[in-house]
Amino acid sequence: MEKRYFQKEIETMPVEEIKKLQSEKLVKQVKHVYENVPYYRDLMDKKGVKPEDIKGIEDLHKLPFLTKADLRDAYPYGLLAKPLKDCVRIQSTSGTTGKRVVAFYTQHDIDLWEDCCARAIVAVGGTNEDVCQVAYGYGLFTGGPGLNGGSHKVGCLTIPTSSGFTERQIMFMKDLEATILCCTPSYAAYIGETIKEMGISPDELPLKAGIFGAEPWTEEMRRGIEKSLGIKAYDIYGLTETSGPGVSFECEEQTGMHINEDHFLAEIIDPETGEVLPEGSKGELVFTALDKEAFPLLRYRTRDICVLSRKKCSCGRTFIKMSKPMGRSDDMMIIRGVNVFPSQIETVLLSEGYQPNYQIVLDRVNNNDTFEVNVEMNPEQFTDTVSGVTAMEKSLAEAMKTVLGINPKVNLVAPKSIVRSEGKAVRIIDKRKLHD
Amino acid sequence: MSLKQLTIFVPNEQGSLVSITETLAKHNVNLRALSIADTEEFGILRLIVNDTKTAYETLKEEGYLIKLTDVVGVKIGDEPGKLSKALAVLDEKNINMEYLYAFMSRTEKHAYVVLRVADNAAAEKALEDASFHMITDADVCKL
Repeated sequence: MEKRYFQKEIETMPVEEIKKLQSEKLVKQVKHVYENVPYYRDLMDKKGVKPEDIKGIEDLHKLPFLTKADLRDAYPYGLLAKPLKDCVRIQSTSGTTGKRVVAFYTQHDIDLWEDCCARAIVAVGGTNEDVCQVAYGYGLFTGGPGLNGGSHKVGCLTIPTSSGFTERQIMFMKDLEATILCCTPSYAAYIGETIKEMGISPDELPLKAGIFGAEPWTEEMRRGIEKSLGIKAYDIYGLTETSGPGVSFECEEQTGMHINEDHFLAEIIDPETGEVLPEGSKGELVFTALDKEAFPLLRYRTRDICVLSRKKCSCGRTFIKMSKPMGRSDDMMIIRGVNVFPSQIETVLLSEGYQPNYQIVLDRVNNNDTFEVNVEMNPEQFTDTVSGVTAMEKSLAEAMKTVLGINPKVNLVAPKSIVRSEGKAVRIIDKRKLHD
Repeated sequence: MSLKQLTIFVPNEQGSLVSITETLAKHNVNLRALSIADTEEFGILRLIVNDTKTAYETLKEEGYLIKLTDVVGVKIGDEPGKLSKALAVLDEKNINMEYLYAFMSRTEKHAYVVLRVADNAAAEKALEDASFHMITDADVCKL
Protein backbone atom coordinates (compact mmCIF):
# COMPACT_ATOMS: atom_id res chain seq x y z
CA MET A 1 0.00 0.00 0.00
CA GLU A 2 1.22 3.45 -0.86
CA LYS A 3 2.15 5.44 2.22
CA ARG A 4 0.16 8.60 2.61
CA TYR A 5 0.93 11.65 4.67
CA PHE A 6 -0.76 14.98 5.07
CA GLN A 7 2.51 16.91 5.25
CA LYS A 8 5.08 14.39 4.11
CA GLU A 9 8.15 16.58 4.34
CA ILE A 10 7.55 17.35 8.00
CA GLU A 11 6.11 14.01 9.06
CA THR A 12 9.08 12.08 7.66
CA MET A 13 11.78 14.62 8.42
CA PRO A 14 15.05 13.11 9.65
CA VAL A 15 15.23 13.24 13.45
CA GLU A 16 18.26 15.56 13.50
CA GLU A 17 16.41 18.07 11.35
CA ILE A 18 13.31 17.88 13.55
CA LYS A 19 15.49 18.66 16.56
CA LYS A 20 17.07 21.58 14.76
CA LEU A 21 13.65 22.90 13.80
CA GLN A 22 12.46 22.49 17.38
CA SER A 23 15.48 24.37 18.70
CA GLU A 24 14.88 27.31 16.38
CA LYS A 25 11.21 27.46 17.27
CA LEU A 26 11.87 27.12 20.99
CA VAL A 27 14.29 30.05 21.11
CA LYS A 28 11.74 32.26 19.37
CA GLN A 29 8.86 30.99 21.48
CA VAL A 30 10.60 31.58 24.82
CA LYS A 31 11.31 35.15 23.76
CA HIS A 32 7.67 35.63 22.67
CA VAL A 33 6.36 34.29 25.98
CA TYR A 34 8.85 36.22 28.12
CA GLU A 35 7.91 39.47 26.43
CA ASN A 36 4.15 38.96 26.38
CA VAL A 37 3.19 36.83 29.37
CA PRO A 38 4.05 38.55 32.67
CA TYR A 39 2.92 35.49 34.60
CA TYR A 40 5.54 33.25 32.98
CA ARG A 41 8.15 36.02 32.95
CA ASP A 42 7.85 36.13 36.74
CA LEU A 43 8.33 32.37 36.94
CA MET A 44 11.45 32.61 34.76
CA ASP A 45 12.80 35.55 36.75
CA LYS A 46 12.26 33.66 39.99
CA LYS A 47 14.23 30.76 38.55
CA GLY A 48 16.90 33.13 37.27
CA VAL A 49 16.43 32.16 33.62
CA LYS A 50 16.59 34.71 30.82
CA PRO A 51 15.38 34.09 27.27
CA GLU A 52 19.04 34.32 26.12
CA ASP A 53 19.83 31.26 28.26
CA ILE A 54 17.67 29.12 25.98
CA LYS A 55 19.76 28.39 22.92
CA GLY A 56 18.08 25.18 21.88
CA ILE A 57 16.10 22.18 23.08
CA GLU A 58 19.05 21.07 25.22
CA ASP A 59 18.29 24.08 27.46
CA LEU A 60 14.60 23.25 27.86
CA HIS A 61 15.14 21.81 31.35
CA LYS A 62 16.12 25.28 32.59
CA LEU A 63 12.58 26.59 32.10
CA PRO A 64 9.99 26.50 34.88
CA PHE A 65 7.03 24.15 34.67
CA LEU A 66 3.43 25.16 34.29
CA THR A 67 0.70 23.16 36.00
CA LYS A 68 -3.05 23.09 36.08
CA ALA A 69 -2.85 25.25 39.24
CA ASP A 70 -1.07 27.96 37.21
CA LEU A 71 -3.87 27.88 34.65
CA ARG A 72 -6.35 28.35 37.46
CA ASP A 73 -4.39 31.20 39.03
CA ALA A 74 -3.96 32.91 35.70
CA TYR A 75 -7.61 32.51 34.62
CA PRO A 76 -8.78 33.88 32.28
CA TYR A 77 -6.18 36.10 30.59
CA GLY A 78 -3.01 35.57 32.63
CA LEU A 79 -1.31 33.26 30.13
CA LEU A 80 -2.52 34.98 27.01
CA ALA A 81 0.40 35.98 24.78
CA LYS A 82 -1.42 37.90 22.04
CA PRO A 83 -3.79 40.87 22.11
CA LEU A 84 -7.43 39.74 22.06
CA LYS A 85 -7.92 41.43 18.71
CA ASP A 86 -5.59 38.81 17.22
CA CYS A 87 -7.51 35.91 18.77
CA VAL A 88 -10.38 34.27 16.90
CA ARG A 89 -11.53 31.44 19.17
CA ILE A 90 -11.57 29.99 22.64
CA GLN A 91 -12.06 26.38 23.67
CA SER A 92 -12.56 25.28 27.20
CA THR A 93 -12.38 22.37 29.54
CA SER A 94 -13.63 21.72 33.03
CA GLY A 95 -10.92 22.44 35.57
CA THR A 96 -10.44 21.83 39.25
CA THR A 97 -12.95 23.28 41.72
CA GLY A 98 -15.32 24.09 38.93
CA LYS A 99 -13.11 26.74 37.36
CA ARG A 100 -12.56 26.13 33.71
CA VAL A 101 -9.44 26.22 31.62
CA VAL A 102 -9.89 28.66 28.76
CA ALA A 103 -7.48 28.37 25.83
CA PHE A 104 -7.17 31.08 23.19
CA TYR A 105 -6.39 30.63 19.51
CA THR A 106 -5.26 32.95 16.74
CA GLN A 107 -6.10 31.89 13.19
CA HIS A 108 -2.53 30.56 12.95
CA ASP A 109 -3.13 28.43 16.07
CA ILE A 110 -6.38 27.05 14.64
CA ASP A 111 -4.56 26.22 11.41
CA LEU A 112 -1.75 24.31 13.05
CA TRP A 113 -4.21 22.45 15.29
CA GLU A 114 -6.34 21.46 12.32
CA ASP A 115 -3.18 20.39 10.45
CA CYS A 116 -2.41 18.05 13.33
CA CYS A 117 -5.91 16.56 13.13
CA ALA A 118 -5.61 16.28 9.35
CA ARG A 119 -2.37 14.31 9.79
CA ALA A 120 -4.23 11.94 12.09
CA ILE A 121 -7.01 11.42 9.55
CA VAL A 122 -4.57 10.77 6.70
CA ALA A 123 -2.60 8.39 8.93
CA VAL A 124 -5.67 6.14 9.24
CA GLY A 125 -6.10 6.15 5.48
CA GLY A 126 -8.29 9.24 5.02
CA THR A 127 -8.37 11.09 1.68
CA ASN A 128 -10.69 13.57 -0.02
CA GLU A 129 -12.71 10.55 -1.18
CA ASP A 130 -13.70 9.79 2.39
CA VAL A 131 -16.80 10.69 4.35
CA CYS A 132 -15.82 11.60 7.87
CA GLN A 133 -18.44 11.59 10.59
CA VAL A 134 -17.46 13.66 13.60
CA ALA A 135 -19.44 12.42 16.59
CA TYR A 136 -17.32 14.19 19.21
CA GLY A 137 -19.15 16.95 21.03
CA TYR A 138 -19.02 20.32 19.29
CA GLY A 139 -18.79 23.51 21.26
CA LEU A 140 -16.37 24.40 24.03
CA PHE A 141 -15.00 20.85 23.99
CA THR A 142 -12.08 20.56 21.56
CA GLY A 143 -13.00 17.15 20.12
CA GLY A 144 -15.66 18.21 17.62
CA PRO A 145 -14.07 21.45 16.33
CA GLY A 146 -10.59 19.88 16.05
CA LEU A 147 -11.51 16.84 14.01
CA ASN A 148 -14.03 18.88 12.02
CA GLY A 149 -11.26 21.25 10.96
CA GLY A 150 -8.87 18.39 10.23
CA SER A 151 -11.48 16.66 8.11
CA HIS A 152 -12.00 19.83 6.07
CA LYS A 153 -8.26 20.15 5.51
CA VAL A 154 -8.06 16.61 4.18
CA GLY A 155 -11.04 17.37 1.98
CA CYS A 156 -13.28 14.67 3.39
CA LEU A 157 -17.00 15.18 3.18
CA THR A 158 -17.59 16.06 6.83
CA ILE A 159 -20.73 15.04 8.71
CA PRO A 160 -20.82 17.16 11.88
CA THR A 161 -23.29 15.06 13.85
CA SER A 162 -21.71 15.93 17.21
CA SER A 163 -22.42 13.42 19.97
CA GLY A 164 -25.76 11.89 20.92
CA PHE A 165 -28.88 10.98 18.93
CA THR A 166 -27.33 7.60 18.25
CA GLU A 167 -29.99 6.27 15.89
CA ARG A 168 -29.69 9.41 13.80
CA GLN A 169 -25.90 8.97 13.79
CA ILE A 170 -26.35 5.47 12.46
CA MET A 171 -28.86 6.61 9.85
CA PHE A 172 -26.37 9.17 8.50
CA MET A 173 -23.56 6.67 8.72
CA LYS A 174 -25.54 4.25 6.59
CA ASP A 175 -27.25 6.61 4.15
CA LEU A 176 -24.27 8.90 3.52
CA GLU A 177 -21.80 6.02 3.61
CA ALA A 178 -19.45 7.37 6.25
CA THR A 179 -16.03 5.74 6.06
CA ILE A 180 -14.32 7.34 9.07
CA LEU A 181 -15.83 7.86 12.51
CA CYS A 182 -14.37 10.25 15.09
CA CYS A 183 -15.63 10.15 18.68
CA THR A 184 -14.78 9.01 22.20
CA PRO A 185 -14.05 5.27 22.46
CA SER A 186 -16.94 4.72 24.85
CA TYR A 187 -19.31 6.35 22.40
CA ALA A 188 -17.90 4.24 19.57
CA ALA A 189 -18.59 1.15 21.66
CA TYR A 190 -22.09 2.40 22.33
CA ILE A 191 -22.71 2.97 18.61
CA GLY A 192 -21.48 -0.59 18.04
CA GLU A 193 -24.01 -1.96 20.51
CA THR A 194 -26.82 0.11 19.07
CA ILE A 195 -26.08 -1.10 15.57
CA LYS A 196 -26.39 -4.63 16.84
CA GLU A 197 -29.67 -3.88 18.60
CA MET A 198 -31.01 -2.33 15.41
CA GLY A 199 -30.22 -5.55 13.61
CA ILE A 200 -27.60 -3.95 11.36
CA SER A 201 -24.51 -5.99 10.55
CA PRO A 202 -21.18 -4.12 10.48
CA ASP A 203 -20.76 -5.42 6.91
CA GLU A 204 -23.65 -3.21 5.83
CA LEU A 205 -21.68 -0.11 6.83
CA PRO A 206 -18.87 1.19 4.62
CA LEU A 207 -17.06 2.42 7.74
CA LYS A 208 -13.35 1.48 7.65
CA ALA A 209 -11.58 3.43 10.38
CA GLY A 210 -12.25 5.24 13.62
CA ILE A 211 -10.27 7.92 15.45
CA PHE A 212 -11.05 7.68 19.12
CA GLY A 213 -9.68 9.72 22.00
CA ALA A 214 -10.34 12.10 24.89
CA GLU A 215 -10.55 9.29 27.41
CA PRO A 216 -8.50 6.26 28.40
CA TRP A 217 -9.29 2.95 26.74
CA THR A 218 -7.69 -0.46 26.65
CA GLU A 219 -6.50 -2.79 23.90
CA GLU A 220 -9.39 -5.05 24.82
CA MET A 221 -11.82 -2.23 24.20
CA ARG A 222 -10.09 -1.51 20.90
CA ARG A 223 -10.66 -5.09 19.76
CA GLY A 224 -14.29 -4.93 20.84
CA ILE A 225 -14.93 -1.73 18.88
CA GLU A 226 -13.07 -3.04 15.82
CA LYS A 227 -15.27 -6.12 15.84
CA SER A 228 -18.60 -4.44 16.52
CA LEU A 229 -18.10 -1.75 13.87
CA GLY A 230 -16.01 -3.77 11.41
CA ILE A 231 -13.23 -1.15 11.39
CA LYS A 232 -9.68 -0.42 12.51
CA ALA A 233 -9.74 1.73 15.65
CA TYR A 234 -7.00 4.33 16.19
CA ASP A 235 -6.08 6.37 19.21
CA ILE A 236 -5.61 10.13 19.26
CA TYR A 237 -4.30 12.26 22.12
CA GLY A 238 -4.49 15.88 23.07
CA LEU A 239 -5.59 18.31 25.69
CA THR A 240 -7.22 21.71 25.56
CA GLU A 241 -4.19 23.27 27.24
CA THR A 242 -1.99 22.33 24.29
CA SER A 243 -4.67 22.89 21.58
CA GLY A 244 -6.89 19.82 21.57
CA PRO A 245 -6.87 16.39 19.91
CA GLY A 246 -4.07 15.80 17.47
CA VAL A 247 -1.10 16.53 19.70
CA SER A 248 -0.32 12.92 18.88
CA PHE A 249 -2.02 10.25 16.79
CA GLU A 250 -1.75 6.61 15.85
CA CYS A 251 -0.67 5.33 12.45
CA GLU A 252 -1.47 1.99 10.84
CA GLU A 253 1.00 0.24 13.18
CA GLN A 254 -1.25 0.93 16.20
CA THR A 255 1.74 0.80 18.53
CA GLY A 256 1.68 4.24 20.09
CA MET A 257 0.92 7.78 19.02
CA HIS A 258 3.26 9.93 16.92
CA ILE A 259 3.69 13.33 18.55
CA ASN A 260 3.49 16.24 16.14
CA GLU A 261 6.98 17.31 17.07
CA ASP A 262 7.17 20.32 14.80
CA HIS A 263 4.54 21.92 17.05
CA PHE A 264 4.89 20.15 20.39
CA LEU A 265 8.06 19.32 22.23
CA ALA A 266 7.62 16.39 24.62
CA GLU A 267 9.58 15.46 27.73
CA ILE A 268 9.18 12.74 30.31
CA ILE A 269 9.91 13.79 33.88
CA ASP A 270 9.95 12.23 37.29
CA PRO A 271 6.67 13.53 38.75
CA GLU A 272 8.21 13.72 42.24
CA THR A 273 11.46 15.55 41.50
CA GLY A 274 10.72 17.20 38.15
CA GLU A 275 13.95 15.73 36.79
CA VAL A 276 13.98 14.96 33.06
CA LEU A 277 14.18 11.22 32.41
CA PRO A 278 15.91 9.52 29.49
CA GLU A 279 13.93 8.22 26.52
CA GLY A 280 12.16 4.97 27.27
CA SER A 281 11.55 5.82 30.93
CA LYS A 282 8.09 5.84 32.37
CA GLY A 283 7.14 9.21 33.79
CA GLU A 284 4.99 12.29 33.50
CA LEU A 285 4.48 13.75 30.05
CA VAL A 286 5.35 17.44 29.68
CA PHE A 287 4.57 19.51 26.59
CA THR A 288 5.98 22.74 25.25
CA ALA A 289 4.02 24.41 22.46
CA LEU A 290 6.66 25.49 19.96
CA ASP A 291 4.77 27.81 17.67
CA LYS A 292 1.36 28.47 19.09
CA GLU A 293 0.81 32.23 19.35
CA ALA A 294 -2.09 33.01 21.67
CA PHE A 295 -1.79 30.38 24.38
CA PRO A 296 1.74 29.02 24.19
CA LEU A 297 2.28 26.92 27.30
CA LEU A 298 5.91 26.10 28.05
CA ARG A 299 6.70 22.89 29.92
CA TYR A 300 3.08 22.16 30.76
CA ARG A 301 2.75 19.16 33.04
CA THR A 302 -0.03 16.95 31.68
CA ARG A 303 -0.05 14.63 34.73
CA ASP A 304 -0.38 11.74 32.29
CA ILE A 305 2.11 8.96 32.89
CA CYS A 306 3.54 7.40 29.73
CA VAL A 307 6.67 6.31 27.85
CA LEU A 308 8.27 7.91 24.77
CA SER A 309 9.97 5.88 22.07
CA ARG A 310 11.88 6.86 18.97
CA LYS A 311 11.97 3.35 17.58
CA LYS A 312 11.74 3.37 13.78
CA CYS A 313 8.11 3.08 12.67
CA SER A 314 7.04 1.11 9.60
CA CYS A 315 4.70 3.93 8.58
CA GLY A 316 7.72 6.07 7.71
CA ARG A 317 6.90 8.84 10.15
CA THR A 318 9.90 9.96 12.15
CA PHE A 319 7.96 11.67 14.95
CA ILE A 320 8.60 10.22 18.37
CA LYS A 321 5.84 7.97 19.71
CA MET A 322 4.13 8.09 23.09
CA SER A 323 2.43 5.13 24.69
CA LYS A 324 -1.17 5.28 25.76
CA PRO A 325 -1.26 7.10 29.08
CA MET A 326 -0.77 4.46 31.79
CA GLY A 327 -2.16 6.47 34.65
CA ARG A 328 -2.08 9.85 36.28
CA SER A 329 0.41 11.51 38.59
CA ASP A 330 -2.47 13.25 40.34
CA ASP A 331 -5.86 12.02 41.43
CA MET A 332 -7.74 13.21 38.37
CA MET A 333 -10.24 10.76 36.95
CA ILE A 334 -11.54 10.77 33.43
CA ILE A 335 -15.18 9.71 33.56
CA ARG A 336 -17.19 9.57 30.36
CA GLY A 337 -14.54 11.79 28.83
CA VAL A 338 -14.86 14.44 31.52
CA ASN A 339 -12.05 15.34 33.93
CA VAL A 340 -13.12 14.93 37.52
CA PHE A 341 -11.09 15.66 40.64
CA PRO A 342 -12.04 14.34 44.07
CA SER A 343 -11.56 17.89 45.38
CA GLN A 344 -14.56 18.99 43.30
CA ILE A 345 -16.72 16.38 44.99
CA GLU A 346 -15.45 17.47 48.41
CA THR A 347 -16.37 21.08 47.65
CA VAL A 348 -19.92 20.07 46.73
CA LEU A 349 -20.33 17.95 49.84
CA LEU A 350 -19.23 20.75 52.14
CA SER A 351 -21.45 23.29 50.45
CA GLU A 352 -24.44 20.93 50.69
CA GLY A 353 -23.95 20.36 54.42
CA TYR A 354 -22.27 16.95 54.30
CA GLN A 355 -18.98 15.87 55.81
CA PRO A 356 -16.37 15.05 53.18
CA ASN A 357 -16.68 11.34 53.92
CA TYR A 358 -17.21 9.74 50.57
CA GLN A 359 -16.05 7.08 48.18
CA ILE A 360 -16.10 7.17 44.41
CA VAL A 361 -16.77 3.87 42.65
CA LEU A 362 -16.06 3.72 38.94
CA ASP A 363 -16.79 0.80 36.70
CA ARG A 364 -17.35 0.15 33.05
CA VAL A 365 -20.52 -1.67 32.10
CA ASN A 366 -21.05 -2.39 28.40
CA ASN A 367 -18.14 -0.07 27.66
CA ASN A 368 -19.78 2.84 29.43
CA ASP A 369 -18.47 4.37 32.62
CA THR A 370 -20.61 4.04 35.69
CA PHE A 371 -19.99 6.70 38.31
CA GLU A 372 -21.24 6.26 41.84
CA VAL A 373 -20.48 8.35 44.89
CA ASN A 374 -21.14 6.87 48.31
CA VAL A 375 -21.58 9.59 50.90
CA GLU A 376 -21.88 9.23 54.65
CA MET A 377 -25.05 10.77 56.01
CA ASN A 378 -25.04 13.03 59.03
CA PRO A 379 -27.23 11.53 61.80
CA GLU A 380 -29.40 14.65 61.83
CA GLN A 381 -30.09 14.30 58.11
CA PHE A 382 -31.52 10.82 58.47
CA THR A 383 -35.25 10.58 57.93
CA ASP A 384 -37.51 7.60 58.52
CA THR A 385 -38.86 7.42 54.98
CA VAL A 386 -37.31 6.00 51.85
CA SER A 387 -38.56 8.95 49.84
CA GLY A 388 -36.78 11.30 52.24
CA VAL A 389 -33.44 9.56 51.76
CA THR A 390 -33.79 9.23 47.98
CA ALA A 391 -34.76 12.91 47.71
CA MET A 392 -31.52 13.82 49.51
CA GLU A 393 -29.56 11.57 47.17
CA LYS A 394 -31.17 13.17 44.16
CA SER A 395 -30.53 16.72 45.25
CA LEU A 396 -26.89 15.93 46.05
CA ALA A 397 -26.47 14.28 42.64
CA GLU A 398 -27.91 17.40 41.02
CA ALA A 399 -25.46 19.63 42.89
CA MET A 400 -22.57 17.43 41.76
CA LYS A 401 -23.76 17.46 38.19
CA THR A 402 -23.77 21.25 38.18
CA VAL A 403 -20.11 21.34 39.17
CA LEU A 404 -18.78 18.25 37.39
CA GLY A 405 -20.81 18.37 34.20
CA ILE A 406 -21.67 14.68 34.50
CA ASN A 407 -24.30 12.92 36.50
CA PRO A 408 -23.21 10.66 39.35
CA LYS A 409 -25.38 8.17 41.16
CA VAL A 410 -25.27 9.18 44.82
CA ASN A 411 -25.77 6.57 47.52
CA LEU A 412 -26.16 7.80 51.07
CA VAL A 413 -24.65 5.40 53.57
CA ALA A 414 -24.46 5.19 57.33
CA PRO A 415 -21.89 7.33 59.19
CA LYS A 416 -18.47 5.68 59.55
CA SER A 417 -19.44 2.92 57.16
CA ILE A 418 -16.89 3.85 54.50
CA VAL A 419 -13.89 1.65 55.11
CA ARG A 420 -10.87 3.48 56.40
CA SER A 421 -7.46 1.95 56.18
CA GLU A 422 -4.97 3.40 58.62
CA GLY A 423 -7.47 6.12 59.37
CA LYS A 424 -7.53 7.27 55.78
CA ALA A 425 -10.54 6.43 53.66
CA VAL A 426 -9.98 4.93 50.24
CA ARG A 427 -11.46 7.66 48.08
CA ILE A 428 -11.50 6.09 44.67
CA ILE A 429 -12.28 2.54 43.67
CA ASP A 430 -11.72 2.27 39.95
CA LYS A 431 -12.77 -1.11 38.63
CA ARG A 432 -12.55 -0.08 34.99
CA LYS A 433 -9.11 -1.60 34.31
CA LEU A 434 -8.29 1.15 31.85
CA HIS A 435 -4.63 0.42 31.64
CA ASP A 436 -3.42 -2.89 30.32
CA MET B 1 -49.81 10.68 74.16
CA SER B 2 -47.02 9.24 72.20
CA LEU B 3 -45.58 6.16 70.73
CA LYS B 4 -41.88 6.13 69.89
CA GLN B 5 -40.59 4.16 66.98
CA LEU B 6 -36.93 3.28 66.51
CA THR B 7 -35.86 4.11 62.97
CA ILE B 8 -32.60 2.50 61.89
CA PHE B 9 -30.68 2.87 58.64
CA VAL B 10 -29.63 -0.54 57.41
CA PRO B 11 -27.15 -1.00 54.58
CA ASN B 12 -28.27 -3.63 52.12
CA GLU B 13 -25.57 -6.08 53.10
CA GLN B 14 -25.62 -9.60 54.34
CA GLY B 15 -25.83 -9.83 58.10
CA SER B 16 -26.74 -6.24 58.81
CA LEU B 17 -30.20 -7.07 60.08
CA VAL B 18 -29.15 -9.99 62.24
CA SER B 19 -26.52 -7.94 64.01
CA ILE B 20 -29.22 -5.47 65.05
CA THR B 21 -31.60 -8.10 66.36
CA GLU B 22 -28.76 -9.85 68.18
CA THR B 23 -27.75 -6.63 69.89
CA LEU B 24 -31.33 -6.11 71.05
CA ALA B 25 -31.66 -9.70 72.27
CA LYS B 26 -28.46 -9.35 74.27
CA HIS B 27 -29.99 -6.43 76.10
CA ASN B 28 -33.30 -8.18 76.69
CA VAL B 29 -35.21 -5.94 74.38
CA ASN B 30 -38.38 -7.53 73.03
CA LEU B 31 -39.68 -6.64 69.62
CA ARG B 32 -43.37 -5.80 69.41
CA ALA B 33 -43.60 -4.78 65.79
CA LEU B 34 -41.26 -4.49 62.89
CA SER B 35 -41.38 -3.08 59.42
CA ILE B 36 -38.70 -2.59 56.84
CA ALA B 37 -38.71 -0.39 53.77
CA ASP B 38 -35.97 -1.27 51.39
CA THR B 39 -34.40 -0.13 48.16
CA GLU B 40 -31.60 -1.75 46.21
CA GLU B 41 -28.97 0.03 48.28
CA PHE B 42 -30.38 0.45 51.76
CA GLY B 43 -33.26 -0.31 54.05
CA ILE B 44 -35.01 1.61 56.78
CA LEU B 45 -35.91 -0.58 59.70
CA ARG B 46 -38.74 0.54 61.95
CA LEU B 47 -39.22 -1.07 65.33
CA ILE B 48 -41.63 -0.86 68.20
CA VAL B 49 -40.02 -2.44 71.26
CA ASN B 50 -40.83 -2.98 74.92
CA ASP B 51 -37.86 -0.91 76.10
CA THR B 52 -37.25 1.94 73.71
CA LYS B 53 -34.65 3.71 75.85
CA THR B 54 -32.33 0.73 76.19
CA ALA B 55 -32.72 -0.20 72.54
CA TYR B 56 -31.95 3.33 71.36
CA GLU B 57 -28.92 3.75 73.59
CA THR B 58 -27.31 0.41 72.83
CA LEU B 59 -27.79 0.65 69.08
CA LYS B 60 -26.50 4.20 69.05
CA GLU B 61 -23.48 3.14 71.02
CA GLU B 62 -22.82 0.39 68.49
CA GLY B 63 -22.63 3.06 65.81
CA TYR B 64 -25.95 2.59 64.09
CA LEU B 65 -27.62 5.48 62.35
CA ILE B 66 -30.74 5.59 64.49
CA LYS B 67 -33.39 8.06 65.44
CA LEU B 68 -36.63 8.15 67.40
CA THR B 69 -39.73 8.92 65.42
CA ASP B 70 -43.09 9.89 66.88
CA VAL B 71 -45.77 7.68 65.45
CA VAL B 72 -49.43 7.07 66.21
CA GLY B 73 -50.41 3.72 67.70
CA VAL B 74 -54.02 2.72 67.33
CA LYS B 75 -55.82 -0.19 68.87
CA ILE B 76 -57.94 -1.92 66.29
CA GLY B 77 -60.45 -4.58 67.22
CA ASP B 78 -59.85 -8.03 65.84
CA GLU B 79 -62.68 -7.94 63.36
CA PRO B 80 -62.95 -7.36 59.59
CA GLY B 81 -63.30 -3.78 58.41
CA LYS B 82 -61.88 -2.08 61.50
CA LEU B 83 -58.65 -0.97 59.81
CA SER B 84 -60.60 0.41 56.86
CA LYS B 85 -62.68 2.44 59.22
CA ALA B 86 -59.61 3.94 60.87
CA LEU B 87 -58.05 4.79 57.54
CA ALA B 88 -61.28 6.32 56.30
CA VAL B 89 -61.25 8.66 59.30
CA LEU B 90 -57.82 9.94 58.35
CA ASP B 91 -58.74 10.19 54.71
CA GLU B 92 -61.77 12.28 55.55
CA LYS B 93 -59.60 14.73 57.47
CA ASN B 94 -57.04 14.83 54.64
CA ILE B 95 -54.28 13.54 56.86
CA ASN B 96 -51.50 12.22 54.69
CA MET B 97 -49.92 8.94 55.58
CA GLU B 98 -46.30 7.99 54.91
CA TYR B 99 -46.51 4.36 55.99
CA LEU B 100 -48.18 1.97 58.39
CA TYR B 101 -47.69 -1.50 59.78
CA ALA B 102 -49.66 -3.72 62.09
CA PHE B 103 -49.09 -6.18 64.92
CA MET B 104 -51.07 -8.41 67.23
CA SER B 105 -50.69 -8.62 70.97
CA ARG B 106 -50.21 -11.88 72.82
CA THR B 107 -52.19 -10.91 75.88
CA GLU B 108 -55.21 -9.24 74.39
CA LYS B 109 -57.08 -10.31 71.31
CA HIS B 110 -56.35 -7.08 69.56
CA ALA B 111 -54.63 -5.82 66.45
CA TYR B 112 -52.64 -2.65 66.62
CA VAL B 113 -51.63 -0.34 63.81
CA VAL B 114 -48.64 1.95 63.80
CA LEU B 115 -49.22 4.99 61.63
CA ARG B 116 -46.72 7.53 60.41
CA VAL B 117 -48.69 10.58 59.33
CA ALA B 118 -47.94 14.19 58.53
CA ASP B 119 -49.68 15.50 61.65
CA ASN B 120 -49.72 13.17 64.66
CA ALA B 121 -51.92 15.32 66.87
CA ALA B 122 -54.56 15.77 64.20
CA ALA B 123 -54.58 12.05 63.46
CA GLU B 124 -54.90 11.13 67.11
CA LYS B 125 -57.74 13.54 67.63
CA ALA B 126 -59.62 12.37 64.54
CA LEU B 127 -59.26 8.74 65.56
CA GLU B 128 -60.26 9.36 69.14
CA ASP B 129 -63.33 11.28 68.00
CA ALA B 130 -64.23 8.17 66.04
CA SER B 131 -63.87 6.09 69.26
CA PHE B 132 -60.51 4.50 68.54
CA HIS B 133 -58.04 4.01 71.39
CA MET B 134 -54.46 5.12 71.13
CA ILE B 135 -51.59 3.22 72.64
CA THR B 136 -48.47 4.71 74.20
CA ASP B 137 -45.00 3.48 75.06
CA ALA B 138 -46.28 2.53 78.49
CA ASP B 139 -48.94 0.32 76.90
CA VAL B 140 -46.44 -1.34 74.61
CA CYS B 141 -44.31 -2.39 77.61
CA LYS B 142 -47.22 -4.34 78.99
CA LEU B 143 -48.29 -6.02 75.78
